[in-house]
Amino acid sequence: MLKLLFHTQVTLGLGQAAAVAVLAIIVAQFASRRGAKIGREIPLVLLRGIVQILLVGFLIVALLHGPWWTGIPVLIVMIFIAATIVRRRVPELSGAYTLSLLCMAAGAGGVLTVMTVLGIVEPKIIILVPVGSMVIAQNMNIQSLFLNRFLGEVRSHRGEIESALALGAAPDHAAEPYLRASFHASLIPATDNLRSLGIVWIPGMMAGMVLSGTSPVYAALYQFVILGMIFIAGAVSCLTATYLVPRRVFTPQQQLRRLS
Amino acid sequence: MTTNVAVLEARDLSRTLAQPGGPKSLLRNVGFRLDQGQVLAVLGPSGAGKSTLLRMLNRLDEPTSGAVLLQGVDTRDVDPRTLRRRIGIVMQQAYLFPGAAAANVRYGPAQHGILLQDSQVADLIQQVGMAGYEDRDVSTLSGGEAQRISIARALANQPEVLLLDEPTSALDDVSKQDIEHLLASLVRERNMTCVWVTHDVAQAGRVSDLVLRLEAGHSIAFGTSQELLHA
Repeated sequence: MLKLLFHTQVTLGLGQAAAVAVLAIIVAQFASRRGAKIGREIPLVLLRGIVQILLVGFLIVALLHGPWWTGIPVLIVMIFIAATIVRRRVPELSGAYTLSLLCMAAGAGGVLTVMTVLGIVEPKIIILVPVGSMVIAQNMNIQSLFLNRFLGEVRSHRGEIESALALGAAPDHAAEPYLRASFHASLIPATDNLRSLGIVWIPGMMAGMVLSGTSPVYAALYQFVILGMIFIAGAVSCLTATYLVPRRVFTPQQQLRRLS
Repeated sequence: MTTNVAVLEARDLSRTLAQPGGPKSLLRNVGFRLDQGQVLAVLGPSGAGKSTLLRMLNRLDEPTSGAVLLQGVDTRDVDPRTLRRRIGIVMQQAYLFPGAAAANVRYGPAQHGILLQDSQVADLIQQVGMAGYEDRDVSTLSGGEAQRISIARALANQPEVLLLDEPTSALDDVSKQDIEHLLASLVRERNMTCVWVTHDVAQAGRVSDLVLRLEAGHSIAFGTSQELLHA
């Protein structure tokens, strides 16, 4: 139906985006009536999302003609911005920005570096930036889930943690069951994605590769590689967080900080 | 010449919280000293600062000013983990760790590299009136039974001082009496120095040698229970 109204590819795309945005806002309003306070947030998030993705589209067009390494600063900036977004999810955690930055540098940054050096990710700007952004974005989600869950666990198990401290446990040891639970929970979406790959969903990137003429078998294998990278990056970043986050919730005197 | 060093001494302890609306004083210039085997009851209404005081004694919270001395040594000069082994605490709720009762009792010593033998665990559990409960999953215990295991868990560290943060207030009347009787007899048998926080004046009269009354973070009376409660 939209094709009848819009005659160029760009205007058609804008029309499709507007239709999806309107539907999302309607759903958000219904959700708000059920107490899910997202009615105001969703329009802003949608607007922000479309502006950002358009800017990236223009950026990739501009970068296409440059050398491959110009993708590196782009990915580094993405990690910095992702850390800002994670920090907003856990405002009560002091030093959340630096913590997230370090964890995602180890996770997404480390995995992309290794994969590029090994030649699994081709050092071409048209591949490096989109693939890198997918890994970083998913790493950001996993990192947010981990920290959010961990702070929730600490809040609801304050008594148990302080009991452990009071018996002479080291802070790391007192927090260990909750770090373990958070690690497991934060990786559930990534493991479920791997588990359901090809059965429940066919990822967009694979579909795109097939549509552009790539062998479906290679596209499937490459999609598996991407999801594997997302899982490894998430696991490495959360593993790094399990070492770093106790220092943020305990004082140097080994006391549990008050979380708002 | 011998000097009489208190087992536990609090000197001008204060704690103030920095808050957006301005600092909030939780405790101001509170002090006491306890010799070996003395039981201090800390009395006061909710919000008086009783638990705040207790938490500063084993450094679960940090005083803003003042000092706590254990056997004459400033607790800030003692490693917190060592300090907490030497000053045990039983909280209002048991907060047992998931698993068997025996694993809970072993927890404290294990943090310091000591593995309690089965017989030692059984002995501790028997001392709190729970003989045969070693393998029981703690999720199946009643409130009173859980509190008994938490007492055994605190005693397993062989603390020099025992802090009791309203240990009977979350229990039913029967369990309350049982736990009070158990704690009082354990403290007397072991000649332990003890700080017992309670809002129950009658309980304070039954279990303590000394009484500290707190109100809105201030110490309003400190003396023997004979002077303050039985006069």
